[in-house]
Amino acid sequence: MQIPYTVMARPDTGVYNAKAGIWLFLASEVMLFGALFTSYILLRVGAPTWPHGYEELNVPLATLNTAILITSSVTMVMSWASLMMKNFKRYKLFMALTILCGLIFLIVKGFEYEHKFAAGHFPSTSNFFAVYFTLTGLHGLHVIGGMIVNAYLWGPGSKMWKTDPQRFTNRVEVAGLYWHFVDLVWIFLFPSLYLL
Amino acid sequence: METANVEDIKKHVRVYITVFAALMALTMITVAVSYLHLKIVAAVTVAIFIATVKGSLVASYFMHLISEKKMIYATLILTAIFLAALMALPLFAHSDIITYHHVP
Repeated sequence: MQIPYTVMARPDTGVYNAKAGIWLFLASEVMLFGALFTSYILLRVGAPTWPHGYEELNVPLATLNTAILITSSVTMVMSWASLMMKNFKRYKLFMALTILCGLIFLIVKGFEYEHKFAAGHFPSTSNFFAVYFTLTGLHGLHVIGGMIVNAYLWGPGSKMWKTDPQRFTNRVEVAGLYWHFVDLVWIFLFPSLYLL
Repeated sequence: METANVEDIKKHVRVYITVFAALMALTMITVAVSYLHLKIVAAVTVAIFIATVKGSLVASYFMHLISEKKMIYATLILTAIFLAALMALPLFAHSDIITYHHVP
């Protein structure tokens, strides 16, 4: 069965189906993180005291992770741009760098968690740490999900470049939209949790 | 974006590099400001303002929202309305003195 509008834009939406689909999915993700952010705001304004993030968390490590994730967003968009310029080798390089950045982000996050656990800070310790672990943990799961998709598109999924290059380019664009969204969430998580 | 040619993409790449530099600079600024230990209202305002600028750059250029189709904008406007309602409802409940202080 031929799946319609994988390459060409659908006349009524103006975009190919996967792009419409990923934006609808991202809309649901906005509501998911929005609900958790709202919970955080409510808990914080309702608490008699609330620690400053910079007193409890490691700001330099989180700053490093912010830089890593921003870099990964650039390498991701560059991998798509490379395909648009018909340069498959550069695509492979930039996609590999994106996956590597994701891996480094998770390793740094792992160090951060390990340090917190060693200091006796768990989600059950306080509302602050419950919020911290919930938000960063869910974000971390999103990074892992994105890395799995990116690894597929770098490895076995990249065979499609030979048979249907435009459809493959669209797949990379859609994966990129998701990856940039994960970066965007971190851009708000970082100051909210670590700097305030 | 699906119809962009190679020359267009080369121009885009230059924009991506500029946006990358801006995002890094804004990250450094937001961290530097946090070390000033401003009062909470000022600190939240500055931090969220910078985060919004950074988020707008990512959404506009990396996610190509600066030149997208109407369907995508319509989806996002609807999402923004629902997000605003989602955030407003519990905050209204919190600021309602009668219900907030009488919940057992």
